Amino acid sequence: MTAGTSAASAGGAASPAGSPGPLTDAEVERLRSDFPILGREVGSQPLAYLDSGATAQRPRRVIRAMAEFVERSNAGVHRGAHTLASEATEAFEGARARVARFVGAPAPEAIVFTSGTTAAVNLLTIALRNLAGGETAGPVPSSAPGLVIRPGDRIVVTEAEHHANLVPWQRLAAQLGAELAWVPVLPNGRLDLAQLDELVTERTRVLAFTHVSNVTGAVTDVQAFVRAAHQVGAIAVMDAAQSAPHLPLCLGDQPASGDVSAAAGVPLGVDFAAFGAHKMFGPGGIGALYGRPELLAALPPAFTGGGMVQAVTMRGTTYLPAPARFEAGTQPVAEAVGWAAALDYLDEDVGGMARIAEYEERLTARLLEAVAGVPGVRLLGPADQTDRLGVASLAIDGVHPHDAGQVLDAAGIAVRVGHHCAMPVHRKLGVRASTRASLAFYNTLAEIDRFGQALAQVRPYFGLTGAAGAEGE
Amino acid sequence: MGALDQLYQQLILEHSKAPHGKPLKADYGGESFQVNTTCGDQVRLHVTLGPGDVLEDVSWEGSGCSISQASLSVMTDLVRGKTLEEAATLSADFTELMHTRGQGFDDDAAADALGDAMAFEGVSQFPMRVKCALLGWMALKDAAAKAKAGDHTPAQIPEGWE
Ligand SMILES: Cc1ncc(COP(=O)(O)O)c(C=O)c1O
Repeated sequence: MTAGTSAASAGGAASPAGSPGPLTDAEVERLRSDFPILGREVGSQPLAYLDSGATAQRPRRVIRAMAEFVERSNAGVHRGAHTLASEATEAFEGARARVARFVGAPAPEAIVFTSGTTAAVNLLTIALRNLAGGETAGPVPSSAPGLVIRPGDRIVVTEAEHHANLVPWQRLAAQLGAELAWVPVLPNGRLDLAQLDELVTERTRVLAFTHVSNVTGAVTDVQAFVRAAHQVGAIAVMDAAQSAPHLPLCLGDQPASGDVSAAAGVPLGVDFAAFGAHKMFGPGGIGALYGRPELLAALPPAFTGGGMVQAVTMRGTTYLPAPARFEAGTQPVAEAVGWAAALDYLDEDVGGMARIAEYEERLTARLLEAVAGVPGVRLLGPADQTDRLGVASLAIDGVHPHDAGQVLDAAGIAVRVGHHCAMPVHRKLGVRASTRASLAFYNTLAEIDRFGQALAQVRPYFGLTGAAGAEGE
Repeated sequence: MGALDQLYQQLILEHSKAPHGKPLKADYGGESFQVNTTCGDQVRLHVTLGPGDVLEDVSWEGSGCSISQASLSVMTDLVRGKTLEEAATLSADFTELMHTRGQGFDDDAAADALGDAMAFEGVSQFPMRVKCALLGWMALKDAAAKAKAGDHTPAQIPEGWE
């Protein structure tokens, strides 16, 4: 992870912490006080929130920005001549530009607002189905014939996917008579890249993959996937839900400028990407589909109605260009404002995603160490730290995840239990469910140590031996 | 760990380690297969009805958390030999107990009838765990209804389970 390339923020505001280098422990302590919820107690213990992979907490700056918008400028966008409508429109389009800069998109128009990651993937698959059904919107670029899926074509996904980036593709394949293939997960939790070229056949139209697994924490070799897709004219679709909160992202082809975070990211050159605000320290109910502008221009809408039309007669309708074409109905403006505030917070108050990524490497190392030391606990996913983020999904011998989560909760530690909406990868790794700790930059080494200690109490609590030195409760 | 120990009563821990009602008997009058989709718990449960709609036998196989396994075990002890009507009353009382949110259960007659199942009262303080405790009771209700209706078809198993 290099942070040495951070460019000056073009957002007007100077970034006080913009110097390269990981966040320091003292800075993290200070930043934690920006998150009101991190100060609360659970039971009578201070909360250790290790469930940011499910949803992240929000800094006061986000909460305030949303409240201020609602108290002052709340209105529908792109309609009405009044002052509030104009302020709301400016705020909404400003948020679009902000998101675009943060993820290294070539233009604001590459960002379609959706209600989240799940909605973004569904929007894309529905639009692709409509295109396959003969609806057209614009010329399909010769560089991406993969946009048009015919019976017998292939859609390739991976076995590591969250259901959000799996089920919509399964459904699309079934609807279009296409074949679904997948890149398998190896026993160590990584994707079997050796099979990539064989799986991505000439007839492959779509290669959909997660950037980071929400179960194993493994980071996908995006370049290898994009290369494999583009070699056969397929579109590369990336689920960035779990990477956007942890890594500098540059989704476009060019080294992005104008944003301290995007500038530090390696240009990925994906065709589409999906991500959501609520894992990025922003509000729930908003996310985005990133798409190359020339591809979005060729896609028919998924949903139709108000806000996405040029003109409507009783006989027919002409649609607005992207992104408005994909944003039917009244939009979540306060949420967009909150998301933009979260990105400002990450760039300006924290100093950019590269600083976060470097700090989190320390957290991840500590997390892997903590779980490795507990008898009867098996880590699902890579135990080595290369290309791996701070997620530890655990199988605890003799203890069901629900029971483990309960014991940890009694110690003030919030983890997630279950299959985390990724049943296939759990099955592949030999379990039905797991206990998952997932980190964010506001976590501390001390919290991870507390987690390690509480984890060591879990099996003894249920009368299982093998945990050296642990007591019964 | 006050609330935690209230949840994991000794009786619950013991039943979860050596549950009653296993293994599953091959013959049945009614079969049910239930899952808890949030955490992947599952149970397949068989009942056989005798004369007078008496639950002659209840057996099951499944996997899940200690609450779901112990609840199945205690339920099996409780309803074996009871009539369908008595079992339905127990089921309703247990469901009510689960929804008391730790505020106490003042139906003394029902508490007496529930017996060991009262050990699950602490579960009501943990809304996320109520489903676990009710998994077996849902299966019982379903299997009993099928047995009563003479419906011996095997339970539908959603894809990806088992
Ligand atoms: C990898 C991954 N993809 C997709 C999602 C779904 O995201 P959303 O809640 O924004 O729809 C999640 C999280 O739940 C996730 O971890």
